[in-house]
Amino acid sequence: MDLLPSMLFLQSILAATWRMATPILYAAVGEVFSEKAGVINIGLEGVMLIGAFSAYSVAFESGSLWLGLLAAILAGILSGLIFALFTITIKANQIVVGAAFNMIGMGITGFLYRTMYTESAGALSLKTFPTIEIPFLSSIPFFGEVLFKHNIMVYATLLVVPLATFVLYKTAFGLSIRAVGEHPKAADTVGVNVFSMRYVSVMIGTALAAVGGAFLVLAYADQFVEGIVSGRGFIALAVVVFGRWKPWGAFWSSLLFGVFYALQLRIQTMPNVTIPYQFLQALPYLATLVVLIGFNKRRVKTPKTLGVPYK
Amino acid sequence: MDDCMPINKDPNTIIRMEDIYMSFPGGVQANRGVNLEVRQGEIHCLLGENGAGKTVLMSVLYGLYKPDSGCIFYKNEKLDIHSPKDAISHRIGMVHQHFMLVETLSVAENIILGQYKPWKILNNLDPVIKKINQMSKEYGLNVDPFSLVQDLSVGEQQRVEILKVLYHGADLLILDEPTAVLTPQESEHLLDFLRELANEGLTIIFITHKLEEVMQISDRVTILRDGKTIATVNTKETNPRELAKMMVGRDVLMNLDKKEKQPGNVIFSVKNLNVQDERGLPAVRNVSFEVHEREVVGIAGVSGNGQSEFALALAGLMDSEFDAMVLNDKLITKRELSHLNKLGMAHIPEDRQKMGLILPFSVSENFIAETFNNHPFSRFGFLQFKTIKTYSQTLVKKFSIRVGDVEEEIAHLSGGNQQKVVVARELDRRPKFLLVNQPTRGIDIGATEFVRQQIIAERDNGAGILLISTDLEEIFALSDRILVMYEGRIMGEVAPDADQIERVGLLMAGKTEETALITN
Repeated sequence: MDLLPSMLFLQSILAATWRMATPILYAAVGEVFSEKAGVINIGLEGVMLIGAFSAYSVAFESGSLWLGLLAAILAGILSGLIFALFTITIKANQIVVGAAFNMIGMGITGFLYRTMYTESAGALSLKTFPTIEIPFLSSIPFFGEVLFKHNIMVYATLLVVPLATFVLYKTAFGLSIRAVGEHPKAADTVGVNVFSMRYVSVMIGTALAAVGGAFLVLAYADQFVEGIVSGRGFIALAVVVFGRWKPWGAFWSSLLFGVFYALQLRIQTMPNVTIPYQFLQALPYLATLVVLIGFNKRRVKTPKTLGVPYK
Repeated sequence: MDDCMPINKDPNTIIRMEDIYMSFPGGVQANRGVNLEVRQGEIHCLLGENGAGKTVLMSVLYGLYKPDSGCIFYKNEKLDIHSPKDAISHRIGMVHQHFMLVETLSVAENIILGQYKPWKILNNLDPVIKKINQMSKEYGLNVDPFSLVQDLSVGEQQRVEILKVLYHGADLLILDEPTAVLTPQESEHLLDFLRELANEGLTIIFITHKLEEVMQISDRVTILRDGKTIATVNTKETNPRELAKMMVGRDVLMNLDKKEKQPGNVIFSVKNLNVQDERGLPAVRNVSFEVHEREVVGIAGVSGNGQSEFALALAGLMDSEFDAMVLNDKLITKRELSHLNKLGMAHIPEDRQKMGLILPFSVSENFIAETFNNHPFSRFGFLQFKTIKTYSQTLVKKFSIRVGDVEEEIAHLSGGNQQKVVVARELDRRPKFLLVNQPTRGIDIGATEFVRQQIIAERDNGAGILLISTDLEEIFALSDRILVMYEGRIMGEVAPDADQIERVGLLMAGKTEETALITN
């Protein structure tokens, strides 16, 4: 095999990897907050859909991508508030409420999308966030293509992940979050408000999940499609575990999914491949799950009270 | 709560709780008019049986529970406490029985938890570390601020708890059964340390149900029974017998009537038993021992040294490795472990609520939990309710279990009566070998007495008994031989004579016979 074509092949895959990982990464980093505080939100998929639709409709109506993003964040926070109300205050089972969120997210975005947009005749696509080529660096062969030609929401992950790490490990707030998920009563007895810590953590989680959903319409596809999130919310849940409940862990684990996703996209475009595309589409999910399961034999420190309501 | 008037009776009083009533949503009345008065700088013991309401009373004072009614005065002012935060700001500190430490965090992180506003950046902990080191040195607590709590021994964790409370600033220190998890030597150190703190002016409330501790450490003692204050007395003017009487409400037989041992043949033996805990770490290492007929072998040790895994493995409830196991002259294979009970073993598990009983089931259903499928309780697959009921009523009578109707849900029974149900069920099968783990934990003195008598009676009837307990007094009272367990190993065998307590204590702390001799 010639070196140049295979390098180009690799380059095209790696260039797409980070972008493919981004929506999952946002959702996973958010879920790290939620789970560190002891609340498991399996409704990420639904929240991402809500975020995607909010971003799309506001961006479409207003013409501003940034307003769309803001709308997604607000919708995410609102979803989180409702989720927290049920799971923390009412103490409903977190898995059941999460499952409900997935169904509601699917149903409500599908319904609204059909009533609002399928009838209209005009162009429904958005002008997505443009690719920003970092001057100078983007012209480096191979690396320029892989690392320095992305849109703002992809680059922003390099801000979100260290920031999340800082908040979790270097602030009193983060310390409280970590304590609340491990031993809420201990936190309570020294004056930490377990409920408010969990509320805030859940809302950070859903806000970031919604951003992940918004990415899909604002910076990836240029319009909303029913079920556009297509399982990324569930992958994000696995990524959190594989990343050992750490933001940087989530970062690297999401990239793993990104590689497989980019790979299957690339294979689909290859001329003489006869594998049905449905199989290829399933590949990243399958591969990620297999890898995650395979590597999870080592002892993983699950937050001790994950899924358990306080008092 | 509104008509509380501060009546300044005594300037020395630091805390006064008047007529505290406290009930739980389930309807349990934990405190029914409790009064407590504690003086500045004294060590005040709160004495009572399990369930007397001691911990609840202190949790009210610490802001964890809101009382139904009653008044609290602190330093002669009415005290309104809604959360532990309020208590801490009034310089009240509490060391809970189950440590309030986050295991995955470091000592320093645990100590500063909740001390700062959320947005405070904790980049530089040097001043905190310095203060912790300084306090640790000053009090001789020997605490390393950087270690993770999960890596510390129970004794060390307790020192961290105490340091945490002192760091937050406390004039009043509440300790809930602090010696329950310590070896005798560690307890001794703790009591000395508390004495020093009290001499420096700190007021200490010490919750316990151990009479010796009360006599040893306290200036005054308040006795609680059934959620009510019985009396407050000066320790110097009382004695253990009187205290026990107030605590239980009647005279207590302090000594068990036990016949001289007459061990027979070996009934159960195991060679090189190894068990791994849930995390895959060795919990029991190369344990070999034998139990004879008509003999009680006691396994002493500080809680968490592998006893739970040991018991579960013997009961076939946990995977284990062993070279040989013999029950009643029959070689047991690994496969047979799960039905040892059919081969003549009975098991009274450590946690009656989680393992011994099915809480939502009735008393009689629990009685037949193991035998329901056998004749006469079942015929052609149908339960014989009449037979079951008569059988249950006989057991209830024989073991004097206090229950109105055998169809009652067992969750409604008191801890002591629940335990009696387990004991009755297991003993009624006339086991040849009885495995007992913590038979009297969390039950009142009356039930304790009864359960212990039953164990001895079973021994005299010919059974071999393996008794695991973290209660040294129980071990000494019941055993014919004592094996001491430390970090999953048997450290040595000791005779149950009073002059051997010191030696057992050293073995419990992991000192082998030789090193024990040197340190002596």
